[in-house]
Amino acid sequence: MTARRAAHQPGWESAAQWHSVRGRTQARREPSGVSPWLADGGGPNDWDGFRVMAMKSLATTRTGRAAAAAALAMAAGMVHASTMPVRWQLNMGKGVTESAHNAYHAHMIALWVCVVIGVIVFGAMAYAMFKFRKSKGAVAAQWSHNTKAEVIWTVIPVIILIAMAWPATQILIKQADTSNPVLTVKVTGYQWKWRYEYVDYEGKPTGVNFVSKIDADSDKTRQLKSGLDPHAVKVGTESTYLLNVDKPLVLPTNAKIRFVITADDVIHAWWVPALGWKTDAIPDIINDAWTLIEQPGTYRGQCAELCGQDHGFMPIVVEARPKAEFDQWLAAQQAAAAPATASAAPAPAAPQG
Amino acid sequence: MATHAAGHHADHHDDHDHKPQGFMNRWVFTTNHKDIGTLYLVFAFIMFCIGGAMSGVIRAELMTPGLQFVEPYFFNQMTTLHALVMIFGGVMPAFVGLGNWMIPLQIGAPDMALPRMNNWSFWIMPFAFTVLLLTLFLPGGAPAGGWTLYPPLSLQGGSSVAFAIFAIHMMGISSIMGAINIIATILNMRAPGMTLHKMPLFVWTWLITAFLLIAVMPVLAGAITMLLTDKFFGTSFFNAAGGGDPVMFQHIFWFFGHPEVYIMILPAFGVVSEIIPTFARKPLFGYQAMVYATASIAFLSFIVWAHHMFTVGMPLGGELFFMYATMLIAVPTGVKVFNWVSTMWKGSMTFETPMLWAVGFVILFTIGGFSGLMLAIVPADFQYHDTYFVVAHFHYVLVTGALFSIIAAVYFWWPKWTGKMYSEKWGKFHFWWTIVFVNLLFFPQHFLGLAGMPRRIPDYNVAFADWNLISSLGAFGMLLTPIFMFLILWHSKKHGATATAQVWEGAHGLEWTVPSPAPHHTFTEPPVIRAQDLAHGDPTH
Repeated sequence: MTARRAAHQPGWESAAQWHSVRGRTQARREPSGVSPWLADGGGPNDWDGFRVMAMKSLATTRTGRAAAAAALAMAAGMVHASTMPVRWQLNMGKGVTESAHNAYHAHMIALWVCVVIGVIVFGAMAYAMFKFRKSKGAVAAQWSHNTKAEVIWTVIPVIILIAMAWPATQILIKQADTSNPVLTVKVTGYQWKWRYEYVDYEGKPTGVNFVSKIDADSDKTRQLKSGLDPHAVKVGTESTYLLNVDKPLVLPTNAKIRFVITADDVIHAWWVPALGWKTDAIPDIINDAWTLIEQPGTYRGQCAELCGQDHGFMPIVVEARPKAEFDQWLAAQQAAAAPATASAAPAPAAPQG
Repeated sequence: MATHAAGHHADHHDDHDHKPQGFMNRWVFTTNHKDIGTLYLVFAFIMFCIGGAMSGVIRAELMTPGLQFVEPYFFNQMTTLHALVMIFGGVMPAFVGLGNWMIPLQIGAPDMALPRMNNWSFWIMPFAFTVLLLTLFLPGGAPAGGWTLYPPLSLQGGSSVAFAIFAIHMMGISSIMGAINIIATILNMRAPGMTLHKMPLFVWTWLITAFLLIAVMPVLAGAITMLLTDKFFGTSFFNAAGGGDPVMFQHIFWFFGHPEVYIMILPAFGVVSEIIPTFARKPLFGYQAMVYATASIAFLSFIVWAHHMFTVGMPLGGELFFMYATMLIAVPTGVKVFNWVSTMWKGSMTFETPMLWAVGFVILFTIGGFSGLMLAIVPADFQYHDTYFVVAHFHYVLVTGALFSIIAAVYFWWPKWTGKMYSEKWGKFHFWWTIVFVNLLFFPQHFLGLAGMPRRIPDYNVAFADWNLISSLGAFGMLLTPIFMFLILWHSKKHGATATAQVWEGAHGLEWTVPSPAPHHTFTEPPVIRAQDLAHGDPTH
């Protein structure tokens, strides 16, 4: 998160270390069909936790690779649906990284503190308005002081605030540490698309780099008076209008990923709610942030800083895959990139391209 | 209304007011604080209508997913101008108008200290806003980079950049002159016996606000001047390629911008602190605490600016400092809310229209304060930032906060200004209608932001459609409220019952000792102040 923070050497980290270090990663997972309502409901979350554990054990024992892959695919499908905003959604999602969980919990603590204070203050007001009406014969007292009360309602809020600031501080300190990533991705904002460069993975440069912009379906539909129905823009059963891209950012799960974020023209902000943070992408300035995605899935977001006419039309899609699948994907990308450059000079075979 | 006892016309009713004759002399060349106050209020009303119409465009486009009415670029012009018009053209001039009308009346002064400058500071405003709104008709349209004018985006505009910056410079000059005038008036023109600690809270909050204005408007002027030279004269203040820093603009802007937030809410605190004791028939609880809380909020407003920038990539220490400082503001703000509730406690309350608006203010502004506290928590702000949660937050503090207090003040002092009572029935209707629709408009925006909808977007995923539809319906209901208010006040002016000098049974303060309507010239002789005339006559309070 810190601008211009010196880069730390990326290096291989054991799984155990990822788990001890993870700070700024989050997961937004709601079981499909269950809206993230206000309450931190027990049942669905327990199931959720169970599912995560099951997936982790499957992935780590590495027995029955096909079975594990199938299970992960199923789980991914469920996660998929649940990280999207849902109709009539009232509350923040919990996300799929520790930073998202932290943001969610900080949010819920603040919310409940406000609700309790609100009930007390508005309750007292309502009581006063009901009880001390002239029409009920109330006679106005003439006091205008009560030192004891004034001291109490100055000191108690201070204590409450300290109690709120303490955990927030702990979280922030953790999230500021972008050291020792497995993968470093450079994100560059353009009007109105994103470039992703896989700067280095497990200590080696990858050379993979591509541009990601809004998908053709959404783009056609979003034109003024297009006559096309935004509800019809779907991937599977998900309504992905304005939240889908031509080429998603593919990332490994359970690996610390460092983002270096900048922009080419104006300020943008890179935000995937399921990861739990957003960071401004500023021309000629490099910000960094990190994540550790707990579950495979597709996580969608948008540019969050006004960046001109198509600000509303530069979505972000993160596709999180288990390490093995990610490695395969990355190798395929590298292979696709390499022959293109290699064949440019010697191969006259396909002149028409 | 309750106090509408006949035979209370203490003063002479002759009209030997020496009002200037003719429209030009009366209004254009006026140096009279009451007429200038009226001009400010009428101007603000017109600006609220224009800014409201722009929000109508915004909410119409956002009513359903897909683009139905306007191109995204025009949408951005609307959000940018809506903010500039509402902040600089609506809320600020309305409070200056109230201050112009009421400060001399409340401290027993014959007029503002610098009446000619007063005329000038008003008459700059219509020109400033003409220049700003004319940009809509320029090739390339009006500014579309947001009212915060962040470079490099704001510099992508065409000639509108120069027009908008010139207009904002003029608004700033007007505000600074208004602030100088208010400070000079309050510090020099108080009637003998009106010591600082006997001043009504509205005067106190305006005094502190005026100092904020003088401190920060030049900062804004500096920031936008640098934008101007970056755009047209090849400087690189905010251009990293030339050795500048785009983030520096944000720091400078919010060093103005955060105190600006309190410029728009401190006078509101003053208004509510006048109205609640009046209708509770009980002295304001904790008068001195209120003054000190206002001063603390003003001080803190200078050291919290970067909480608008938590995602900009600040060092950890910066994030922590601005989080702590911001949270601290909840303490004096809480003191104010607790004091208002304590003022009601064991009072003898009636709920005429101004009191309804004041109670609405306390509840809904506090909700805006709660979401403000939530936004201060940095890890959560990483999610909230630049979403509709923020939009909901600042509309709660500005619409149901600042604007509610302005409407409350108009109903409260209208009988003093015009000598006519308004219709309580329709005033209450105006209030209840607004309460329903303003909450339909803004409360669902909390949900939208939490679900992940960024602000300043013209179109959205279908999952956000339902709450957006409700929010838009609320907006359309709100668009009718200026019409209601206009009709209610027009009817009052033509057919209203005659108001007494005191107007409200529980009213205390010098403004209620002069007849209604207040004569064109008041306190040409310093009044002899009796303790019982003042709301805070007892210096131990």
